[in-house]
Formats: sequence, C-alpha cells, structure tokens
Amino acid sequence: MAINIAKQWLPRIKVLVHLAALYPLINLYYAAIQDQLGGDPVEAVIHFTGIGALNLLVIGLLLTPVAQRFQMGFLIQFRRMIGLYAFVYALCHMLNFLFFEVQLNLQLFVDEVFERPYITVGMTAFLLLIALAATSTKKLRQKMKDRWQTLHNFIYVIVLLVVIHFYWSVKSDIVEPLTYVTLFFILMAFRHKKLRRWADKLLSRL
Amino acid sequence: MLIKSVASGDCKEFEVTDERAYLNRREIIKKMGFVGVGSLLASSAATAGISDLFSGSTAPAVFQQRALQFGAAKKFSETLTPEVKVTGHNNFYEFGIEKQQPAELSQGFKVDPWQLKISGEVENPLTLGYDDLYSSFPLEERIYRLRCVEAWSMVVPWIGFSLADLVKRARPTSRAKYLAFETLYDPAQMPGQKSRRMGGGIDYPYVEGLRIDEAMNPLALMTVGLYGKTLPPQNGAPIRLVVPWKYGFKSIKSIVGIKFVEKQPATTWNLLASREYGFYANVNPAVDHPRWSQASERRITTGGIFTQNRIPTLPFNGYGDQVGDLYAGMNLKKYY
Repeated sequence: MAINIAKQWLPRIKVLVHLAALYPLINLYYAAIQDQLGGDPVEAVIHFTGIGALNLLVIGLLLTPVAQRFQMGFLIQFRRMIGLYAFVYALCHMLNFLFFEVQLNLQLFVDEVFERPYITVGMTAFLLLIALAATSTKKLRQKMKDRWQTLHNFIYVIVLLVVIHFYWSVKSDIVEPLTYVTLFFILMAFRHKKLRRWADKLLSRL
Repeated sequence: MLIKSVASGDCKEFEVTDERAYLNRREIIKKMGFVGVGSLLASSAATAGISDLFSGSTAPAVFQQRALQFGAAKKFSETLTPEVKVTGHNNFYEFGIEKQQPAELSQGFKVDPWQLKISGEVENPLTLGYDDLYSSFPLEERIYRLRCVEAWSMVVPWIGFSLADLVKRARPTSRAKYLAFETLYDPAQMPGQKSRRMGGGIDYPYVEGLRIDEAMNPLALMTVGLYGKTLPPQNGAPIRLVVPWKYGFKSIKSIVGIKFVEKQPATTWNLLASREYGFYANVNPAVDHPRWSQASERRITTGGIFTQNRIPTLPFNGYGDQVGDLYAGMNLKKYY
C-alpha cells in the first residue's frame, strides 16, 4: 500500500523540516552566548552540534529504506535537504572546535587534527561531506552523471567514520556511541543487496 | 567567627545566579526544545503540573550547606571560577557521567552520619565521624587551580585541613609507603554505582592513591568546604581530597577510607585505561593524553562561549616550586 501526500503539502512540510533543523541551532547559540548552557558552554555546543550532525545523517540514511518499505516515494525528496543540514551541523561542530575550543590557535588546530586519531577520522568524514554538499545541486548531478552516484555512495563511509569518531572520543561512557554503531549496522543491513553487489564486483577485480 | 576576605577578582553576591534558577536551567533548556526526544520522554516535566496538585511536592530539595569557620586565604591573582560553575560542572560518575548530572542527582545525598576510617600501617588507627571532620583540625581556606585531565580548569576557594596533619596523627609505621583512598560505595544513593550506563562502566568503589611523601606535602588538602560553606554532594561531600598539582581525578571525593599500605595501590582510572591515566597523574604540559593535547587548557570563568579563555598549562599546574622535589630524578614521561 503506497502512502502518498498531496503535492501542495510538500513545500509546507519542507518549511517544517527547515524550522525543525534550524530552531535548535539558533536556541543553542543564543543560550551559549547568554551563558545558559551549564558550566562549560564550549563543551556543550561541541557535543550538541556533533550529535545533531550524526542524528541527521542517520535520519538521512533511514529515508530510502522507509520510502521503499512503505512506498512513500515523496520521502526521497527530503534526502538532499537532510543531508545538507547534516553538513551544516558538522560545519558548526568543526567551527565550534576551531573558534571556541582551540580559539583560533591554528597551529594547535592542525596539530590536533593530525595527532589525534579520533579527530583525524572526524575531519576526514567532514572533508568527504564537503565534497557531497558541494556537488548537491541538480546541475552538477546531471553534469557528473554516473560519477555523481559513485561520489555520493561515500555517505556510507562518512557515517562509519563519524560513528568511529564518536566512539573514540569518549572517556569511558561507551553506551551511547555503541548505540550508534548498532544503528549503523541496521542501516547497512537494509542495503545488504547493494553492499553484496559491490563486494562481488570488488572481489572479481582482484 | 566567619572571616571573609574578598579578592578583587571575586564575584560579588549579587552577580551570582540564583541557585534555584541555576538548578532549573536544564528544564529551561528542555522547554526550549533543545534536547533529544529521548530525554524529553524520560523527563517528568510534561506531567509535573497535574501530579504535583495531588502529591503536594514542589521543586526537588536542594542539599543544605552550612557556613564554616575558617582562616581566610590570602589574595589570589587569578579570577575565581563562579560558585555556580564550581558546583554545576562536575565529574562525579557516581552520580552520572554528564557534567550537570551530579548537581541534579545528588541533592538527597546523606552525609551525616559519616565515617572516615584511617587504617593499615599506622600506630594510631582512627575513625572520624561527621562532626570530627570539621572539628579535629583547624580549617583554612586555600585558593587552588583545578586542572581536569580533559583540559579544562577552574580556580576554587576550598576549605579544609592539611592531609599531612591527619597523617601525623595516625602515626604511620615504617612499612607505610602509600595511602589508598576509597569513596563511599552505596548504590542506593549513587545511581552511577547501580547502573553501568549511568556510571560510565567504572568498577566501584572509586579508589585513588598517593605516595606518602606526596601526602605529606603541605599543599595536599583534606577538603570539607568551598566558597565559605560545607561541600555540596556533587563536589564530594562531606570530605574529599584536593591535590592541586595533579589532574582532577586524583582528588577523590566522598572519602570513607584511607589505608596506609606498603605497595602502590590500584587507582580507578589507571585500572580502566592504564595507557591514558597513570598513578602519578601530575599535571604536565609536556606529556599529552594519548587522545588530546595537555599543553593548554580552557579556564572556566563567567560568561558565555565568547569569554572562555585558553591558557598555557603549567608544569605541576603551577605548583612546581612546592612539589617539584618530590619527583627529582624521575622520568615523568614514563611515570605519567
């Protein structure tokens, strides 16, 4: 049974998604500036935007399997938007680290990125995400043809890297990161046929 | 008589956020739609209005701190971290792993009666009851830098007595080479000890240790108060250790036992990740944590994200003059 919605509702839902993604971010920075984020506002903004980015990536990867299972084709139209908001949150996360954690000490920033494996992993994911965000327009998609899909398949690698980055960053409280590891494997399980195909192709080349 | 000295950098009373408003801030944030759906569902805030009419309950009780009598500290050149941040941003996994959780989940903690047992290789084993903690030794205020291993720091006006005085009273035998400290184990009161998820996967009780010469150093403070009052539970009530030249996790909270021993005792974070946390844990900008730099730190002061300062971390947290001799000839890269 397909679930469809009237076409005129789509823009309205999109406005709601915009609000749902932007409202927490605006509130976060308002509270951070007003010193209403507890003892350490820097840690608070870094964690909030990091988890926010990961949540949006997970939602983005859920859309396709849900759309297929429940025949809700319209959901596909939200993938780019969710993906771009994941990028916005990741950008804030990285800028929070640069501005408020290392406070524009570029030497320290570079050292941390290269010397701390969990930050290296996070930064790698972020750079890949930049490539995806930069090629997200319709024009480029048409121009890049098959290569576009190849590039955007990297979203699976990105989410894996982000999950590792999170797991690696905590001191001892691994329950939350492990929850995301589990979520990642569930999301991949939905795509087992696709992954199998890639694996076969890769093996046949060896 | 309460003697209060006010340093030029101190917060005035009127600058301090009202305690209830501060304790309510998470609720405020939740109402603003900040946190994930999970914690919203977990929160009872949505139903609080109606059930309160019947139960007659109001906001959760705040732990009652008492004013203390003490010798005031000399002036300190660095700005104090505001009291609301000292008491609202805590690593005390016994009450949850998030920084605000100890303040939220510890307010009903019972500190009286209390027993601090001093035992092991001593000629005079003794037990201090709750009142003894405040009356056995003269109390003095000491303003110390507190450097967390996570690379943030505070400046805190503690009140307490020298650990050295306690050691002398216990009269250690010649076999006493180390002190082994232990935090209260009481899962009924400490949710982090009851649930591995809440407690960050640590095996409780929390244990710490010092070499006896470190314990005899005049800087080591058995601490019963801060900002002129007895400690609130989130800061380790009723009695905790403060060793300002070491990372914060060495300054064990809510102590029930100090045992004098011959061999180096096990310490909690070392047991959990020995490559990341050593027995000594002296503040050292030259030895990084495997996952982050220890060369500098963010000083937590008042104000929002734009006023948080990153400053260089000093060897032994700036107390090298007083404690450097303890480690003469030791390879501090090996004994981190």
